[in-house]
Amino acid sequence: MSLSASTAPYDVSAIRAEFPALDQRVHGRPLVYLDNAATTQKPRAVIDALQHYYTADNANIHHGVHALSERATAAHEAAREAVRAFIHAASVREIVFTRNATESINLVARAWGTANLRPGDEVLITAMEHHSNIVPWQLVCAQTGAVLKVAPIDDRGELVIEAFDALLGPRTKMVAIVHVSNALGTVNPVARLVARARQAGATVLIDGSQAVHHLPVDVQALGADFYAFTGHKLYGPTGIGVLYGREAALEAMPPFLGGGDMIRTVTFEGSTWNDLPYKFEAGTPHIAGAVGLHAAIDYVRGVGVEAIGAHEAVLLARAQDALAAIDGVRIIGTAREKAGVVSFVMDGVHPHDIGTIVDREGVAIRTGHHCAQPVMDRFGIPATARASFALYNTIEDVDALVAAVGRVRELMG
Amino acid sequence: MSDLSDLYQEVILDHNRRPRNFHTLAGADRRAHGHNPLCGDRVTVFLKMDGDRIGDIAFEGSGCAISKASASLMTEAVKGETTDDALAIFDRFHAMITAPTDVPVEDDESLGKLVSLAGVRSFPVRVKCASLAWHTLKAALASAADPVVTK
Ligand SMILES: Cc1ncc(COP(=O)(O)O)c(C=O)c1O
Repeated sequence: MSLSASTAPYDVSAIRAEFPALDQRVHGRPLVYLDNAATTQKPRAVIDALQHYYTADNANIHHGVHALSERATAAHEAAREAVRAFIHAASVREIVFTRNATESINLVARAWGTANLRPGDEVLITAMEHHSNIVPWQLVCAQTGAVLKVAPIDDRGELVIEAFDALLGPRTKMVAIVHVSNALGTVNPVARLVARARQAGATVLIDGSQAVHHLPVDVQALGADFYAFTGHKLYGPTGIGVLYGREAALEAMPPFLGGGDMIRTVTFEGSTWNDLPYKFEAGTPHIAGAVGLHAAIDYVRGVGVEAIGAHEAVLLARAQDALAAIDGVRIIGTAREKAGVVSFVMDGVHPHDIGTIVDREGVAIRTGHHCAQPVMDRFGIPATARASFALYNTIEDVDALVAAVGRVRELMG
Repeated sequence: MSDLSDLYQEVILDHNRRPRNFHTLAGADRRAHGHNPLCGDRVTVFLKMDGDRIGDIAFEGSGCAISKASASLMTEAVKGETTDDALAIFDRFHAMITAPTDVPVEDDESLGKLVSLAGVRSFPVRVKCASLAWHTLKAALASAADPVVTK
């Protein structure tokens, strides 16, 4: 009996059998896929849903009166309901489909930001944000004269709460925070941060790209105005993302992109906007992507987000202990609350070399700045090697990673 | 040709651990900065020209074993060469590291120890690492003011 079978809250080998991409050899070795924070592999259910959609239901949505268009529309809207239920939103009117988390954040920065930010207003982010929760705010600050403020992190990679509180002031109009850091694995105490930010009168956006597949999310309990995430890290297809927005917040916001589907009436004198959420969905959406995301959410809920989180926590703990025991390895990001990610560096060996060497052992990890250059600067390093876990990873995967990193030490001296 | 020991040859590991000409250069009359945003590698190449010859050369920076060893080997290969000869060495070097893997590595005397980097051709994403210092050298020879960014 394998160790993974005895420790996992579900049958990992049965799960693995549902992910065709996992069953391959790389450089002659069985693939050990540990780049899940970049994107996850897809279960058969998602691949089948995409295939079924294009094989049987493909049509444009919303306008058609023919049978295929009705089916495609129903499938698209059923996906919206699945997303709503998954994150416990009050209404499907609050679920906007986008291309990815990046577009979700840009939508808010652009539509909300240009309507609400004035010169001297402040946007507060943290030092552990992904570039996609930094750059959109820089752009809108440059456009409006608002000022970007950054709450610092400590040596463990935790947000310094007192500094965050101190930076919240009467001029703070927007607080945009990552739920789980992709570079460090830190889980932020978002409920507390949202409560403080809203007390201070700020609007709040949470970047949940690395959260929704690791821990249960209830946007109503959380109380944030906006919650953004991306389908492809949640075992869904690329090209589909979600923006949750509180109904009142979305109502008050002007449109982002203009075009078909987001309007009610168009004349050359002016146009009126469609109801929520369509007001924010200009043009033909990624219908198949929504259908695939629906299948992914059903899949994840079937296994159970709590069970997945518990399994990954076991993998993470074992990986961190074993990696830290290798000569010269230092873990970057040692927050008390972590999910899914272990970033590390090795004395005298550049992360890029680590990545190449472990790849030859069949182990796929990410090396680089992980779209979080300020995090690298904070720790005074150019890059890290990062292993990240998903529901299908096993203790054996962790052991293969550790052995491969040990081989790096041997090879590079 | 895709074995790790082909990429990380002893010469490369040695130049990674003990890079040659790895310092700033007092009295340098040309310099350029190179940056590979993909992996964060940075290199500065300093030249002290003696007429049209590279009288002295040094480099500084941080990067992976391949980029550091390549920079170190480059300084040894081009010191004393004319601008044209240095650029010609770069051309031959570049051809070697980007050649298809089924083409045998030419026993090119003029490349000397640089031949140890031929294994890079089996690792296409690492070609940028191996060529960063060289692009930076080229920029320094042309005294380009802007940092070289390998795309
Ligand atoms: C924390 C975080 N935010 C945002 C993103 C952006 O996701 P996407 O590229 O799908 O828009 C990522 C993906 O790497 C992420 O990890």
